[in-house]
Amino acid sequence: MGAFSPDMRVRAEGLIALYPERRSALIPLCHLAQQEAGYLTRPFMEEIAELTGTTPAEVYGTASFYDMLHTEPVGKYLVGVCTNIACLLQGGGDLLEHAERALGVPAGGTTEDDMFTLEEVECVAHCDKAPAVQVNYRFFGPLTGESFDDLTAKLRAGEYDGVVPPHGTLIRVQRENGIEVPLDEVLAERREMDKAKAARKAAADAAKAKEGN
Amino acid sequence: MTQTDPVPKIVTSRVGLEESWGIKTYLATGGYTALRKALTSMTPEQVADEVSKSNLLGRGGAGFEVGRKWSMLKPAPVRYLVINGDESEPATFKDHMLIENDPHQIVEGTLISAYAVGAARAFIFVRGEFALGLERLQAAVNEAYAHGAIGRNIFGSGFSVDLVVHPGAGAYICGEETALLESLEGKRGFPRIKPPYFPAVMGLYGEPTIVNNVESMSNIPWIVNNGGASFAALGVGRSTGTRIFALAGHVNRPGNYEVEMAKLSFRELVERPEYGGGMRLGRQVKAFIPGGVSAPWFGPDQLDMALSQDDVAKAGSMLGSGSIVMMDDHTCMVRAAWRITKFFWRESCGQCTPCREGSGWIEKMMQRIELGSGREADLDLLLDACDNIAPGLTWPPQQTTICVLGPSIPSSVASAIRMFRDEFLVHIKEGGCPYE
Repeated sequence: MGAFSPDMRVRAEGLIALYPERRSALIPLCHLAQQEAGYLTRPFMEEIAELTGTTPAEVYGTASFYDMLHTEPVGKYLVGVCTNIACLLQGGGDLLEHAERALGVPAGGTTEDDMFTLEEVECVAHCDKAPAVQVNYRFFGPLTGESFDDLTAKLRAGEYDGVVPPHGTLIRVQRENGIEVPLDEVLAERREMDKAKAARKAAADAAKAKEGN
Repeated sequence: MTQTDPVPKIVTSRVGLEESWGIKTYLATGGYTALRKALTSMTPEQVADEVSKSNLLGRGGAGFEVGRKWSMLKPAPVRYLVINGDESEPATFKDHMLIENDPHQIVEGTLISAYAVGAARAFIFVRGEFALGLERLQAAVNEAYAHGAIGRNIFGSGFSVDLVVHPGAGAYICGEETALLESLEGKRGFPRIKPPYFPAVMGLYGEPTIVNNVESMSNIPWIVNNGGASFAALGVGRSTGTRIFALAGHVNRPGNYEVEMAKLSFRELVERPEYGGGMRLGRQVKAFIPGGVSAPWFGPDQLDMALSQDDVAKAGSMLGSGSIVMMDDHTCMVRAAWRITKFFWRESCGQCTPCREGSGWIEKMMQRIELGSGREADLDLLLDACDNIAPGLTWPPQQTTICVLGPSIPSSVASAIRMFRDEFLVHIKEGGCPYE
């Protein structure tokens, strides 16, 4: 019995099939695992290793490089307050301080009810709405202390359930097609294209040489 | 200089339309006509010729000619095309907008480019945090398959290609093209040692690969439909076409504005009512960052410079990612430079000592100055640390590291010290930030 549910295992295999090499699916599979478990548990890392032809250590080593991949449990909502330059100029630093006080945890901490993990994040490319906040990678802004409190209250009350999905950046991303043309077939097509291109070039060169005479 | 009237909206024409991200709107506004034209009436080399004629400069940050990049592709049986949608340069939010609002335009540009370079498969790497963008781009790809625009024998042309949307997982460094390829291979985003200098020689899975930016791709359908010469007729000199500038910071109307290249000045972009609408609260400009936080800063006396890649480069900075950050006279420059340094420290991949250690040392010194424990000798120490990362503090910078993240670290700190030394000294003498 693997860590992925049978449905998700099928989805994982579908993702792997999109790439010429299995390992390329490693990060997408980590997103799928977080969708199922909230974070990357050891059994998931082991199964991802098996699926991508790597070792659990390689999966851990890769995952630990990336901000979005968590190897420790996180709250139901990841609340990221941006304090990078565009948000800083519009009060992002004050907003983070407010968030720490309001949620009662420092940046990096999780509330006791496991509802929120607060993060200080780097620019989320929402700078025209600074200061910006992301909740499970859905963007809000510009926010004040008051509207931040309103947002977290509504999240607690479930009022944003339709807007802010649970974990997993691919949760609403569903590819409908597999690879339609196998690589070998594409490469045969390209060889013909390259031949035709070479022929066109030779003809053009010959015409030019003739003009030159 | 004035802009062509009216300035064509080349890449933002659909932003704001109802369901601008859906294929219905896309087809109703000329979508996929360029792909059909390219595949059924042009050879790949004719497409590449038009792009070369347009002199489209890459919109990711380095500003390298797209046509020239394509021409460097090593002829090999397997070639890949990878589109960089990992927009993470602080205060840059144009690709984010394009991915969410006009994903089909990116898909169409990518498919045309795949045809021009003969790519065996195309990948669009999207920053993982752009969850909505990923949804809409994947939905667009699904629609494009159903429309016959992707897959086998596209529009009956005999050309086949598959396109894969790939999610990142949060790492600024993956915007660097070789780090992006490592990430796409399922590894840590470690930039690759150069040479080879270009993925066009050795890229994804060791095969020749073209890496182009999302905004660059968004220009391709227009160039195919209207011709490279029409594109090159816009702008000035090498800075052709239009470009999106992401205007942020202390302006009344922060936002993305598509303007003709090199025709407007920074001042016009900031002050004109249809763009920035002036500085907020009527305050004065103290300094601005002309091209992302990797760029050296400019002062108010440079506001009249044209938004031209070459002019800005000549003045010792860069248009870079197209992000402009305005800072008013109530801004603490020590804090601003500290925050930018903290960003580089957090995002350094850790491979090279000058970047990994240097960013941390500079960050700590900046922190202690801002928080009131600075020493006068810190200023020279800071500049010395900067000099060890990018010797001579020239522009473009000298490099001591594998990629350009390292030499980008000194830009803000060295600019702040050069332009606002007195403000650093006040922090040090008064034992704290005068703006607090």
